[in-house]
Amino acid sequence: MNYNWNWQIFWEDAPDGTGTYLDSLISGMQWTLATAGAGWVIALVLGAIIGTMRTAPNKWMAKSANAYVELFRNIPLLVQMFLWYFVMPEVVPTALGDWLKSLPNMAFITAALSLGFFTSARVAVQVSAGINALPRGQLMAGTALGLTLPQTYRYVLLPMAFRIIIPSLTNEVAAIIKNSSVASSIFVVELMQSARSMQEFSAQVFEAFTAVTLIYLGISVIAILLSNLLERVTAVSGFITSGSAKVKGN
Amino acid sequence: MLGSFDFDVIQRTWQHLIFEGLLFTVKLTLVAMLGGVILGTVLAMMRLSSNRLISFVATTYVNLIRSVPLLLVIFWFYFLAPYIGAWIIGAHEPVQVGAFSSCLITFILFEAAYYCEIMRSGIQSIPRGQISAGYAIGMNYWQTMAYIVLPQAFRNMIPILLTQTIVLFQDVSLVSVLGIPDFVGSANAVAHRDGRLVEMYTFVAVIYFILCFSLSSLVKKLQQRVAIIR
Repeated sequence: MNYNWNWQIFWEDAPDGTGTYLDSLISGMQWTLATAGAGWVIALVLGAIIGTMRTAPNKWMAKSANAYVELFRNIPLLVQMFLWYFVMPEVVPTALGDWLKSLPNMAFITAALSLGFFTSARVAVQVSAGINALPRGQLMAGTALGLTLPQTYRYVLLPMAFRIIIPSLTNEVAAIIKNSSVASSIFVVELMQSARSMQEFSAQVFEAFTAVTLIYLGISVIAILLSNLLERVTAVSGFITSGSAKVKGN
Repeated sequence: MLGSFDFDVIQRTWQHLIFEGLLFTVKLTLVAMLGGVILGTVLAMMRLSSNRLISFVATTYVNLIRSVPLLLVIFWFYFLAPYIGAWIIGAHEPVQVGAFSSCLITFILFEAAYYCEIMRSGIQSIPRGQISAGYAIGMNYWQTMAYIVLPQAFRNMIPILLTQTIVLFQDVSLVSVLGIPDFVGSANAVAHRDGRLVEMYTFVAVIYFILCFSLSSLVKKLQQRVAIIR
């Protein structure tokens, strides 16, 4: 192999004037975490609502929630990002579109939004699977006690359903962190993009990619450890053991 | 505004987008699926092997691949492939590897990790007694796998394998970041050439939605039919 390894490259100054290459990778990591984090908040909130709606007795409600899930699951994430970034500002009223385009963090905001909506459909599927995994008697017991349907969901079904699906939500957290790399295609300078610019400026492609791979691995490991901790902390003794519910992928 | 939506540009370019771009995407998906399922099955058998070393190698590989983004793997191979090529043929300079072959290798290696996990649970869904029965009538490991375990494992896992293939079909869109003319890539080219981003991306989204939605509806139907067999 005729490749000049240079592991000292990380301590050399990057041409964008913000510090060393290592600094730019760290800044990329922060943007990755920010994009994935903001997207995850959106995904969790919308996913919980849509997932609950999918199990609602009201047919119309369940159908529209299903339509939402199908819409966001059947278009590639990259295309969804393009839709939010390039198409959305053009099809809304001109004034609003111009305002959107003038936002300083337009790329970051659209990346977080599209990641959030994309992941919310996947979270919704997990949430309704969690609710459906509960014995039917729980819903009946709740209503027999005189709770209204929303109260039954709030106090009986959802707290247990969420505990069941923590392992699959962990997968989704790991997935949203990985998927945030797609944001590099709409010019968010996250981890992937900072590796690419390091490769372009320094030509030390394999050092850059090795570092980024290690960072992604590190983030994954930390996310999984945290979620295992969460699962242990929230466990209700005698009810749910880890992996007791078979949650299907779709 | 939506009033200025230019249907003309779609009319002019749809044949090129579908018959060249989409066809490329479909081809890459199918070949990568075939390679991915085969390699994934081998990996699954390795993971379940009683040999510690073999199972460790496969497990490490699968976990490593599953914790990094596909986009990163695409770039890794795009830059690494010329060096690997040079190493294989013993050349001193990096050799040119076409974008298609580098993407194909990437997708086979990447998706194999996901197909492996599906095949592993497929193999594990077969009762151990059947394997013992295979050994009892004098079959060796390979015969037991080929005639008893794998056919049933495949059959049980067909719906999930197909669902993963729909994911793969969507993932192929990422190769457009390398400037490869897949469905999204060729739409990209037209969009930037004619300044028609709204029309092109809407068109791509609609076609992707129609295809993936019909495929996943088919898979759901199939799932109900396969479910009875067990």
